[in-house]
Amino acid sequence: MYKRLSIRQKQITWAWAFLAIPVIFYVVIRFYPTGNAMLISFQEWNLLGDRAWIGLANYAKLWNDPVFWQVFRNTFVYLLLGTPISLVLSFFVAYHLDKIRFMHGFIRMLYFLPFMTSAVAMAWVWRWLYQPVPIGLFNNTLAEFGIPQIDFLRSTTNALPAILAPAVWAGLGFQIIIFMAGLRAIPQSYYEAAHIDGVSKWTVLFEITIPLLRPTVVFLTVFSSIGFLRIFDQVYNMTTNDPGGPLNSTKPMVLMIYQSAFTDFEMGYAAAQTVVLFVILLLVSLLQLYLLRDR
Amino acid sequence: MAAFDGVQASSESVFERRVTRRKASLAQSMSWSILFFGGILTVMPIVYMISTSLKWPHEIYDVSLIPEEPHLENYTFVLEDGRFYGWFVNSLVIATITTISNVIFDSLVGYTLCKFRFPGRYVVFIAILSTLMIPTEMLVIPWYLMSQSFGWLDTHWGIMFPGLMTAFGTFLMKQFFETVPDDFIEAARVDGQNELQIWWSVAMPLVKPALAALAIFVFLGNWTAFIWPLIVTNSWEMYTLPVGLSTFADEADVAWELVMTGAAISTIPTLIVFLIFQRFIIRGVVMAGLKG
Repeated sequence: MYKRLSIRQKQITWAWAFLAIPVIFYVVIRFYPTGNAMLISFQEWNLLGDRAWIGLANYAKLWNDPVFWQVFRNTFVYLLLGTPISLVLSFFVAYHLDKIRFMHGFIRMLYFLPFMTSAVAMAWVWRWLYQPVPIGLFNNTLAEFGIPQIDFLRSTTNALPAILAPAVWAGLGFQIIIFMAGLRAIPQSYYEAAHIDGVSKWTVLFEITIPLLRPTVVFLTVFSSIGFLRIFDQVYNMTTNDPGGPLNSTKPMVLMIYQSAFTDFEMGYAAAQTVVLFVILLLVSLLQLYLLRDR
Repeated sequence: MAAFDGVQASSESVFERRVTRRKASLAQSMSWSILFFGGILTVMPIVYMISTSLKWPHEIYDVSLIPEEPHLENYTFVLEDGRFYGWFVNSLVIATITTISNVIFDSLVGYTLCKFRFPGRYVVFIAILSTLMIPTEMLVIPWYLMSQSFGWLDTHWGIMFPGLMTAFGTFLMKQFFETVPDDFIEAARVDGQNELQIWWSVAMPLVKPALAALAIFVFLGNWTAFIWPLIVTNSWEMYTLPVGLSTFADEADVAWELVMTGAAISTIPTLIVFLIFQRFIIRGVVMAGLKG
């Protein structure tokens, strides 16, 4: 039977034979759950009882929930602090590291190591560093210099930046490596031309290097934005005694979703939150496509 | 341009050139020192984690980096507890199987989309591409319900089924198969090899660096994965290392030397792998980051 097929028909047969299992996987594990999540967002369901259709009530509840707005705000604070800080830091390191020959590999390794760690393990390490005297390293160091203690994780204003720090720290290595690859890709002749014209270092940086790095910057901005919008591991582990606390001041959207679904068992309400998160992430991705298409 | 450069250079006085060079080298050593100390500061949390895991309980209040008498008691204690050993095995099994699955299926799909022309190709391509936009967090509730109805809760399969294939890996591999010349594949067809043999023994060896990059990303991602294993497991025997560590650390609370030991156990394996394959991993990360 197979032998009688034409070459083209054989090709088609092979292609679909190769794709059969993956297509089933993507339909069952990706597309069906996506639709399912949207469906559940219109239902009220506590996992045990019956499902009841309640239309947009979950979304209305979300709109009127002050905790949700607090969480929404927190999520964007993570994003709006985390992305610029990590991009500026990693660009600074990459820009200078690119020009360094002596121990280049070793220094690069130092910055890259945190990327290879697990967020959970590092959340606990940082949580320990943040402890009050006599345990935490940061406060012990401050005490040695006679500087007043800083209440990191128990203060509603300091806790969020304190949790953000290890997230930024762990991502730096990746961003530095990508920035350096971007810097290497800029043709040397641009710099030579600028040198001949006697252009200052700062002009070279702002008129040549940064504009030519645009695709890299856009990619890293979106990549890290999505990361910060989905922050969870660090927050959960650094506030296990009161997840997202104190007073919800550190709670991001993913943690609220987790609690609604798996602590309160309000499946419909949690699903509605995931749909909102999905829309936000979609907008960020579309923004990337738009920015990259521009040129 | 080279000639012009020469003219320009010779018009500078020797003195001026020496001054600029000295300024440049001063700036260079300044930025070198800043980067070096910044780098040392960056690894400090990891170094302190390891140092504290080698300390006795009364020493953890001490800021000093080097333990008075380094010992491995904490490791013996944590490992004798037995749970960590099981979590380690769970993580290793799950990360390994997921990695193998991704290396096979992502490359098979990437290869098919790249090298075959067939009706429905574009639809499949767009469909898989669109799943990149769907965040895991949106899928965890349906996955949980699915696991519940099929009895996958609290099993290895339940932990790993969502990650067996990834759109990211598929596109990474598709990009790399573009670099494999069609002539090679044609030649193998003329030799009478079937398509499966061609994919496995002709195309796959040519994209080994990409396969390695994919394997590193998938393994690391699954080794450190937290939210889904946290949701799908409920008995400690099934925990992965991050979930186990999280609960263990919460119990140990004030025994920070034990918490640091647990953190070190889950971090040191990936650090060792990194230190051995450093160049290779960094190249892989760049490849995956730029092409994926």
